Amino acid sequence: MMFILIVFLPGIAALIAGLYGRLLGDRPAQLITSFAVTLSAILSIVAFFQITGTDEVERIQVLHWISSGGLDFSWAILVDPLTAVMFVVVNGVSALVHWYSIGYMSHDPHKPRFFAYLSLFTFAMLMLVSADNFVQLFFGWEGVGLASYLLIGFWFDKPAANAAAIKAFLVNRIGDFGFALGIMAIFLVFNSVDYATVFEKAPDVAGTSIGFLGMELDTLTVITFLLFIGAMGKSAQIFLHTWLPDAMEGPTPVSALIHAATMVTAGVFLVARTSPLFELAPITLGFVTVVGAVTALFAGTVALAQNDIKRVIAYSTCSQLGYMFFAAGLSAYSVAIFHLFTHAFFKALLFLGAGSVIHAMSDEQDMRRMGGLFSLMPLTGTMMWIGSISLAGIGISGVFGFSGFYSKDLILEVAWASDAFGANLAYWVGLAVALLTALYSGRLLFMTFHGKARASQSAMAHAHEAPLSMNIPNMVLTLGAVLAGIFAVHGFTESEEFWGDSLFMLEESVAILEAAHHLPFWVKMIPVLAGLLGLLLAWYFYIRRPDLPAKIAEANRPLYQFLLNKWYFDEIYEALLVRPMKLLGYALWRIGDGRIIDGFGPDGFAALVMGLARRSAALQSGFLYHYAFAMLIGVAVLVSWFLFFG
Amino acid sequence: MPQAPVPDILPALPEIWLAVAAMLLLMVGAFRGNASTRMVSWLAVVAVAIAFVLVLSGSKETGTTFAGMFVVDSFSTFAKELILVGTAATLVMSMDYIRREGMERFEFPVLILLATIGMMMMVSANDLISLYVGIELQSLALYVIAAFKRDTLKSTEAGLKYFVLGALSSGMLLYGASLIYGFTGSTNFEAIGALYTQAGQEPSIGLIVGLVFLISGLAFKVSAVPFHMWTPDVYEGASTPATAFFAIAPKVAAMTLLVRVLIAPFFGAVDDWQQIITLIAILSMGYGAFAALRQANIKRLMAYSSIGHMGFALVGLAAGTEQGVQSVLIYLLIYLVMNIGAFAAILTMRVKGQMVEGIDDLAGLGRNNPMLALVLAILFFSLAGIPPLAGFFGKFYVFLAAIDAQLYTLAVLGVLSSVVGAYYYLRIIKVMYFDEPAESFERPIGREMTLILGASTLFTAFFVVFPGPFLAWTQQAAAALLP
Repeated sequence: MMFILIVFLPGIAALIAGLYGRLLGDRPAQLITSFAVTLSAILSIVAFFQITGTDEVERIQVLHWISSGGLDFSWAILVDPLTAVMFVVVNGVSALVHWYSIGYMSHDPHKPRFFAYLSLFTFAMLMLVSADNFVQLFFGWEGVGLASYLLIGFWFDKPAANAAAIKAFLVNRIGDFGFALGIMAIFLVFNSVDYATVFEKAPDVAGTSIGFLGMELDTLTVITFLLFIGAMGKSAQIFLHTWLPDAMEGPTPVSALIHAATMVTAGVFLVARTSPLFELAPITLGFVTVVGAVTALFAGTVALAQNDIKRVIAYSTCSQLGYMFFAAGLSAYSVAIFHLFTHAFFKALLFLGAGSVIHAMSDEQDMRRMGGLFSLMPLTGTMMWIGSISLAGIGISGVFGFSGFYSKDLILEVAWASDAFGANLAYWVGLAVALLTALYSGRLLFMTFHGKARASQSAMAHAHEAPLSMNIPNMVLTLGAVLAGIFAVHGFTESEEFWGDSLFMLEESVAILEAAHHLPFWVKMIPVLAGLLGLLLAWYFYIRRPDLPAKIAEANRPLYQFLLNKWYFDEIYEALLVRPMKLLGYALWRIGDGRIIDGFGPDGFAALVMGLARRSAALQSGFLYHYAFAMLIGVAVLVSWFLFFG
Repeated sequence: MPQAPVPDILPALPEIWLAVAAMLLLMVGAFRGNASTRMVSWLAVVAVAIAFVLVLSGSKETGTTFAGMFVVDSFSTFAKELILVGTAATLVMSMDYIRREGMERFEFPVLILLATIGMMMMVSANDLISLYVGIELQSLALYVIAAFKRDTLKSTEAGLKYFVLGALSSGMLLYGASLIYGFTGSTNFEAIGALYTQAGQEPSIGLIVGLVFLISGLAFKVSAVPFHMWTPDVYEGASTPATAFFAIAPKVAAMTLLVRVLIAPFFGAVDDWQQIITLIAILSMGYGAFAALRQANIKRLMAYSSIGHMGFALVGLAAGTEQGVQSVLIYLLIYLVMNIGAFAAILTMRVKGQMVEGIDDLAGLGRNNPMLALVLAILFFSLAGIPPLAGFFGKFYVFLAAIDAQLYTLAVLGVLSSVVGAYYYLRIIKVMYFDEPAESFERPIGREMTLILGASTLFTAFFVVFPGPFLAWTQQAAAALLP
């Protein structure tokens, strides 16, 4: 019952707020959704302690969903430790974002709709993580995609928001296409889409091959590769990442919930969930590692040059997702999920803090027109600092560290200890990105909160600390950003029984994870040093010598432009894909549809019919003798018909 | 065969009653002048109602009288009931109109009564002679009714055209009848039919030619292509109640007569006449659909509409089966009701004391008079054959009969022309609901009109709920006709 409530409370709240929001009014719609999700979050924590660390797996049949030939599966809620962790992340962040949004959206005229979407998203995300088969997973997958689309385009009168929403949808379509193909391949190979059956049979399938696109390939490699394409789309990995920065056109709480803490991590969750398949497909794992590492580096460099506060955080998210993926690629699924868990706290905090800043600055998002805000909003400033330090992974091994320290260090340690394909690359890239992370985080903090105020007098006079309703959720998240790591690190990554049977690792992978815990102190401290160095550099560039960044940018103009323009991904896609497709579409529309189909079809027929009509009507001349003639001809024709053919 | 000195007049009682009533009303009118027109009209309605009761209460058995020239059976009973309903509705609809338009002369209802007697004789005809007499009685009255608005050029032109072409068609009919008599030696339907079944051989070509001429003459009356040419001009030129009358009762009479002539005496020649009927059915459906597309005058449009509808009814006849005959009768029933409603609506199109007939005048009716627009929309959707309205079922049954008789081409062409035809009905609905409003029509439209419109719309809309009794009724009528 509890699990059913966890999943369906947000769904019911979304229905009520969505369908009856106008009737209920703003305040009831907000309270219904917020309380529903909060209740769900509290229950999630209860479920977390009940499920993790035991072998207990709850499977609750909701309904027998589809039965068609060999395709037969139910709608069921599966709660194992992995799901329980995701429940806490999703519902926890969602509840806080709901409460935060009450303050943040106080000037918006469409509040019930916003809250209905938020709850709808939560419901879909819960569906995704509690699925017990691939089709249900796909349902949730598409559900969060829809909610993301709706929320990015929430301000429908903003053209940029609409464009971003469509872009997110389209780019995700590419990933989802791969994902759907993967599910079909699974059904083809295993004749089932239930996790239990598929995972049980996976070892038997390992080593067999399957015909795909005319090539004979390893079955599990194909399947996991296709699934990973889906994960890349949803989790904004390189090549399919272009939608995430644009998604920042949506309201900031949406960015915090969907585009930082929960939805974009669905790809990581997918890889962890299907670890029994990935574990047996080393080629795909290598690919995952490389993609993760490249994404981490790419996004980290781009984040350095962005001026929009939300975009910096968005690229940071992209980069951190890269971390999670290369951890998963190195078979350290528990570490990947651990980073997902801690990341949810500090990244949601950073977004909500940025939201408070934007709110305070009357919707100004450009950091070049901020600065010196710390004295005006000390609480937000402090919390942003804590979030950033957590993100930068500062701490002392064995003593205390912020949340990010534990998860990020562990990822790098795994990379150090592993000798799997790409592990070396991952380690060095990871280390470099740790520096970059601290650098851009510091840059964000210094440009926003310190130094000279660059905003106009009136804007500064207007700036104020966020209201309590927005700060309380941030405080909770701050607490998480500080403490989540130290409290969870043992359970998530060291305990034998924490995950039960929900994650699958081969013997050697377990050994690597084990080895990663027993590295010398100096190895564990290298990333921290990189982080500190990054923060120091940021301080030097943006406080001590604020003239320096411009000079460096001027000196390395091509590089700066390259980063500022996000490695020109959008431009390349525009030229290579969007424009040719638009041309093709235009041609098909004008020539194919307009001239050929309409010309010979509806329009042509209509013209023909009208012509016939004109001629038929013209027969009616009004002359009596014409009429009599017609009658006589008629008789003559009929009689001759019988005389000659009858 | 021993002949009773005085023929049995009971089977013809309704006709005799109407004839007497018509004479009496003529007397009333002659003595009390045109001021009595309204009263004469109402009395005519009463006379029609009494005739209706007489028809209903008549013998259910098939019986002939007047030396076998006059037959009464379920088929003729059904047809007469339709005709009488149509007549009564026309009389009621016309009263206000003829007063407003200054053509309030007592002859109008009397002429309608006389035409009705002719039609009833047509459907009871059991002999080529009585067939001709019935047709001429009907036609002569109709010629006058067409030209009744004698002070307008259009009306007199309509009457004259109808008269001249009608005479031509009568000539064809008579010529055909004489050929048939010449080749069979009888004018009686039963005798001709018996010859066919006895001989059991191919009919002679002379008989076929006679049949072609006979069909041509009757096709003129149902305005089937290519004998339809009079229809648009006469519909447009005649006064609107006259047009309504033309479109309603005589069509039913002529079509049932055609069915009887082809089924009763010539059932043996079904393979021959099936070709003719199929051809004129296709031509009528097609022409009715295409020629109407560009019409701007609603009466002219209704003329093409009736040409098309007669084509659809002929599809059922072309099947040449009991099911086919039944489908024709259902079609006629539904056609009658829809047209009564449509013409009642057209008769309410009055702006500032002037009747208007343009389709454009209906613009914005949906806003000006939503109730009337709704009624018209239902009727026109039904005429177009949109389910679940009655018009759909009319078409459904005739196409079903055609398919059962393996006339696939005919059925497909019928459906296609029904698609084309749907355009002009839908265009009217579009004009009513989506165009900028024109001048609104005068209101109120009168209690009688409301009643007629309401009743016909309800029937059209809810036929789907209670088709049972009508199906049973037409089934019985069709069974009476087939040997």
